[in-house]
Amino acid sequence: MTPPLVAIRNVAVAFGPFKALRGVSLDVAPGQVLCLIGASGSGKTTLLRTVNQLVPVDGGAIYVDGELLGRRREGDTLHVLSEAEVARQRMSTGMVFQRFNLFAHMTALQNVMEGPVQVQRRRPAEARAEALELLARVGLADKAGNYPAQLSGGQQQRVAIARALAMKPKLMLFDEPTSALDPELVGEVLAVMRELARSGMTMMVVTHELGFAREVADQVIYMDAGAIVEAGPPAQVLGSPREARTRAFLSAVISSPAKERA
Amino acid sequence: MSDGTIGLVAAGFDDLSELETARRTHWGRWAAAVLIVAALALLVRAFAQGQIEWDYVGRFLTVPVIVSGIVATVEMAVCAMALGIVIGVAVAIMRLTPNPVLRGVAAGYTWLFRGTPVILQLLLWFNLALVFPTIGIPGVWSARAVDVMTPFFAALLGLGINQGAYTSEVVRAGLLSVDQGQYEAAQTIGMGRLQALRRIILPQAMRVIIPPLGNEFIGMVKTTSLASVIQYPEVLHNAENIYYANSRVIELLIVAGLWYLAVVSVLTPLQMLLERRFARGVARGRG
Repeated sequence: MTPPLVAIRNVAVAFGPFKALRGVSLDVAPGQVLCLIGASGSGKTTLLRTVNQLVPVDGGAIYVDGELLGRRREGDTLHVLSEAEVARQRMSTGMVFQRFNLFAHMTALQNVMEGPVQVQRRRPAEARAEALELLARVGLADKAGNYPAQLSGGQQQRVAIARALAMKPKLMLFDEPTSALDPELVGEVLAVMRELARSGMTMMVVTHELGFAREVADQVIYMDAGAIVEAGPPAQVLGSPREARTRAFLSAVISSPAKERA
Repeated sequence: MSDGTIGLVAAGFDDLSELETARRTHWGRWAAAVLIVAALALLVRAFAQGQIEWDYVGRFLTVPVIVSGIVATVEMAVCAMALGIVIGVAVAIMRLTPNPVLRGVAAGYTWLFRGTPVILQLLLWFNLALVFPTIGIPGVWSARAVDVMTPFFAALLGLGINQGAYTSEVVRAGLLSVDQGQYEAAQTIGMGRLQALRRIILPQAMRVIIPPLGNEFIGMVKTTSLASVIQYPEVLHNAENIYYANSRVIELLIVAGLWYLAVVSVLTPLQMLLERRFARGVARGRG
């Protein structure tokens, strides 16, 4: 069996007295799509954010491609990594935010080129050609010169996906990528994500789009109160959940039709 | 029924499109304008009949001493503001780091230089030789403090370091105005703190920073006049020197005042140009 690309072991996170994660463990195999579902406050976004170290873990360990995140082990001692080393580790992980977070003072093309040119120090001409290719891949070749404020939410999110892909990440993280979108714009973003999943990208997706999870995910995890309640293939977790809490959550989501799309 | 009407609408409610709308007469505005014009006319008459030799104003407006004075004023304002901005950006970044030592140093600096009058700081720098007769780096370079602390250098340090304390708060407000998500996005593409600040946060903060900074710069142009107390030859200092000799006090103060007004009037459109430059991606509507 190939080793997992992401291995999360007994991860705990606390914000003051609030325990956001209480010992979560899971694996994501290379090329797999993992969908995390659960109510707000269940810890699914926090878990995602620990994987690229936007949230530091208070306990447990995370490995990406075999490398321990945030710390270095020397014998029986762990040393906290420097900011530069953390920045290097982050580069192997692409992140897509709920609110897009495109750089507002840069065009779509400049947003996509920024990482390759400024961080990876690649030649601008080469990075530009690749960025244009990526924008074409997300269907926005004609919007390269537009500023984020001139784009719709769905277009902004697709630029954000292209920006993350420009770093050639091994893993893509999606934090509710369609939750801030108008209903008619959700489909175009999900289509890009579907194509990305088919191309073999390893993905962890926090989502309320159960249709997307059912269709694309290899594994669905239902979280509640900072812990994994149920995990398995989508047919099982979404189709015939074993846990009462999962069933209650699913029936609540499905009864609000706006949430069931794609 | 006219076009664009869906269904039936009740009769008897005319759309009034034939009628003209009469403009309101603003009696209050007219009355105020008349009063102000009358007051201005009285003021002009008073000054025309007063003890002011207006031809002196015209004659001294462009004498070399005054022109070199306004050049020195602008020079000092630009240099001191540049120093203030460099210090201000550095201190603002220091105040927002997680490093408690840097935060403490930055807070202490702001407290000290905002808490004392700038004229006192100018006098302290200018008289530094009383404390340290020689200054320098041990073994590398040293000089007599009176030679180093020229009026220009003392004014630059006094005004620039004081300005840095104010500018740091302006810059800090600008940095805080940028959404935290921008910083997170910069982190996820592998940027470190300083790179994210330089490439992502500061350029967006500039939009918020420039209007108050323009304000500060206009203040600086006028604050340079305080440097006259340490013999810096700016325009007010030179105007004073002339009226000490010829006793045309008011005439020369008017000359200096006109020059200050001229410089400040030029700055305002410059600020608008800068604002437009940094409004990229924000001011435009959706395409």
